[in-house]
Amino acid sequence: MHRSSTLAQLPIGSSALIHSMPTGRAGLTRLRELGLTPGVRVKVIRRAPLGEPLQICVRGSQIAMRNHEAAHILVTPAEA
Amino acid sequence: MSAPDSPLLAIVGNPNSGKTTLFNLLTGLRQKVANYPGVTVEKKIGECWSQHGKKLRLIDLPGAYSLNARSPDEAVLRDVLLGRRADTPRPDRVVLVLDAANLERNLYLASQILELGLPTVIALNMIDVAEARQWRIDVSALSTELGVPVIPMQATTGKGLLELKAAMSRADLPRPRWHSAPLPEDIRASVQATRARLLASGAIQEQASLLEPLYLLSDHDPLHAGIRDEQLAQIAQGRDALEKAHPGWEDQLVQDRYAAIEKLCARVLIRPECEPVTFSQKLDRWLLHPVLGGLFLLIFLVFLFYLIFKVAEGPMGWIEAAFASLGTWVTGLMPPGDLRDLLVDGAINGVSGVVVFLPQILILFFFIGLMEDTGYMARLAFIMDRLMSLVGLNGKAFLPFLSSYACAVPGVMAARTIDSPKDRLITILIAPLASCSARLPVYLLLLSALMPESVSLWVKAGIMVALYALGTFGAFVFAWILNKGIMRGASAPMILEMPAYRLPSLRSILLLVWQRARAFLVRAGTVIFGISILIWAASTYPKSDSPDASMRLEQSLAGRAGHLIEPIIAPLGFDWKIGIGLIGSFAAREVFVNTMAVVYAVEAGDEEDMTPLRDRLRQETRADGRPVYRPLVCISLLVFYVFAMQCVSTMAIVRRETGSSRWMWFQLACLSGTAYILSLLIYQTGSALGY
Repeated sequence: MHRSSTLAQLPIGSSALIHSMPTGRAGLTRLRELGLTPGVRVKVIRRAPLGEPLQICVRGSQIAMRNHEAAHILVTPAEA
Repeated sequence: MSAPDSPLLAIVGNPNSGKTTLFNLLTGLRQKVANYPGVTVEKKIGECWSQHGKKLRLIDLPGAYSLNARSPDEAVLRDVLLGRRADTPRPDRVVLVLDAANLERNLYLASQILELGLPTVIALNMIDVAEARQWRIDVSALSTELGVPVIPMQATTGKGLLELKAAMSRADLPRPRWHSAPLPEDIRASVQATRARLLASGAIQEQASLLEPLYLLSDHDPLHAGIRDEQLAQIAQGRDALEKAHPGWEDQLVQDRYAAIEKLCARVLIRPECEPVTFSQKLDRWLLHPVLGGLFLLIFLVFLFYLIFKVAEGPMGWIEAAFASLGTWVTGLMPPGDLRDLLVDGAINGVSGVVVFLPQILILFFFIGLMEDTGYMARLAFIMDRLMSLVGLNGKAFLPFLSSYACAVPGVMAARTIDSPKDRLITILIAPLASCSARLPVYLLLLSALMPESVSLWVKAGIMVALYALGTFGAFVFAWILNKGIMRGASAPMILEMPAYRLPSLRSILLLVWQRARAFLVRAGTVIFGISILIWAASTYPKSDSPDASMRLEQSLAGRAGHLIEPIIAPLGFDWKIGIGLIGSFAAREVFVNTMAVVYAVEAGDEEDMTPLRDRLRQETRADGRPVYRPLVCISLLVFYVFAMQCVSTMAIVRRETGSSRWMWFQLACLSGTAYILSLLIYQTGSALGY
């Protein structure tokens, strides 16, 4: 069960650990500053009614992002 | 605004940390709102007194997530704290507002600010929310670790305010002790080299620490004041060098900082194994539900627009009536003459035309304030983002654009909630394409002139809907073109924080409404007032002795201008009389109806009853005996009104909100140019086809 996937592929309600994200992209740097650093635990809360953006919970705050960003963030599954 | 010897305290914090609520609580109405020169970031200053009667000066700095600025707001925060803005002195002390219920993330910006070394007090806000989540925050340990006083408080109720004020006025407010992590050696060496170069070119001062060049280097779009072109090149070079010395340095620094924060949190914060489900989470299950969420949003917007269009009608009627009776009163009081006409027809009429929109603007801003304060605004952006992304905008642009259907002025002002400068500018530029309420009387008049009595109400309603759809479609096309072609720079990615819901602070909302309404009255009011008097003068002078009002108008400057522009507008199917109406419309679109009434010398009915004017329009014929207001001309004129930029108040506000007249003229040229071309195409094609 250690297959890595992207944040965009995670099912709603599941948790995962951030594995890695490409460096040097302004949008991803801002997500890092909002707390999405490697090793941190994230939970997928929901998607907006029209399918995007994606709402996640990280370090106690609720952050929404589009698939465009989420697809670059690699995650590994976390045990419940 | 006060003696320079009283200390200047900056209130800083993350967005949604309750920073502005605290500022309002401390200052009340003793605050001034202006813009930072050169950027459209709100600058709020105020003052308050400590318990011992000592005056404290306060500045509410824009909310930010990081000193690595990604928006003009964040650049202002960084520059003020570093003392880089000539228009704002460097604060003597910092009041750092932290959301206790979001402590870890809030500590990111906090740790950056603490490292700047200014004497600081921490307001640990929303401590009640953290307690409800069964978090235990060791306040004294936090204070010891950071080296500054930490005051638990609740800005919404004022709990903890006395303690905070006492700390703020302490003469011995300590400088922080906190340092997250030493810079890795390769990064330090590279920043040091850049610092030396920036120092030589005068971009930074001798006393600047290593942090100042570091934050300048991490700004990808340095738009701040006081940086010259060659210094920008130095910064770009410095960034390249840093990237070579330590690839991914920015991300490395973020990770190091969070690692230090995690260690700190382990010492000061105990979270329960299993947190209770919060009220916000429960509410979001309904308000962001795939089906019910959209439904609730729809109901909410219908209710809002019902208030704006229906409920506001009452007060708008009262305002019009009040100004009308003021006019009558002045008419009775003064002898007939130019001065009386100037006062009644120019001044009173002009002011009335501005103030009449106040009820709609007040309602709109009240709801915008309510949505921002409760946290629903972020949900609205969340739901609408996908739709807005189709034309390259993000969800935050939805409400400002929607507001523009009432009036573009509050719509343009509401665009302040969009943090990406590019999206904000595009939203401002397309806002006048939403068919605002001032167009309604024009549409109604032309539709009734266009349509024979026999045409059913449904067809008329259908055309009305088509006009609104045309404007909306045009706005989206413009947004798409601006986004793809004209505006340089990539869009910032859409990243939205969804704050916990909370009870709104009526005080903050009313303050916002008051500040916005004042801005509207001052800016739009003075311009409209001036233009109204100009247009009055143009349609009055030079005077002729003709007893016939329409003859007098034809002889006047406005009448001559109508003749003058006739060759330009004739290809659209308009004659010189319509030309006068178009000129008058520059004050406000609905003026067209009144101007036409004067042109055709008929009793101007109110908006409900345009029958006399309509009948007169239908009788109007050209020299060749064909009616002027043929369906084709009416359609051409309607399309012209959908697209043309004919509103001086909007132009004045666009100039204010974009910080330059460049975009105002650009918008005028684009929108009115499009209107002209489309009307030309419609009239010429229609004529060629024999309509």
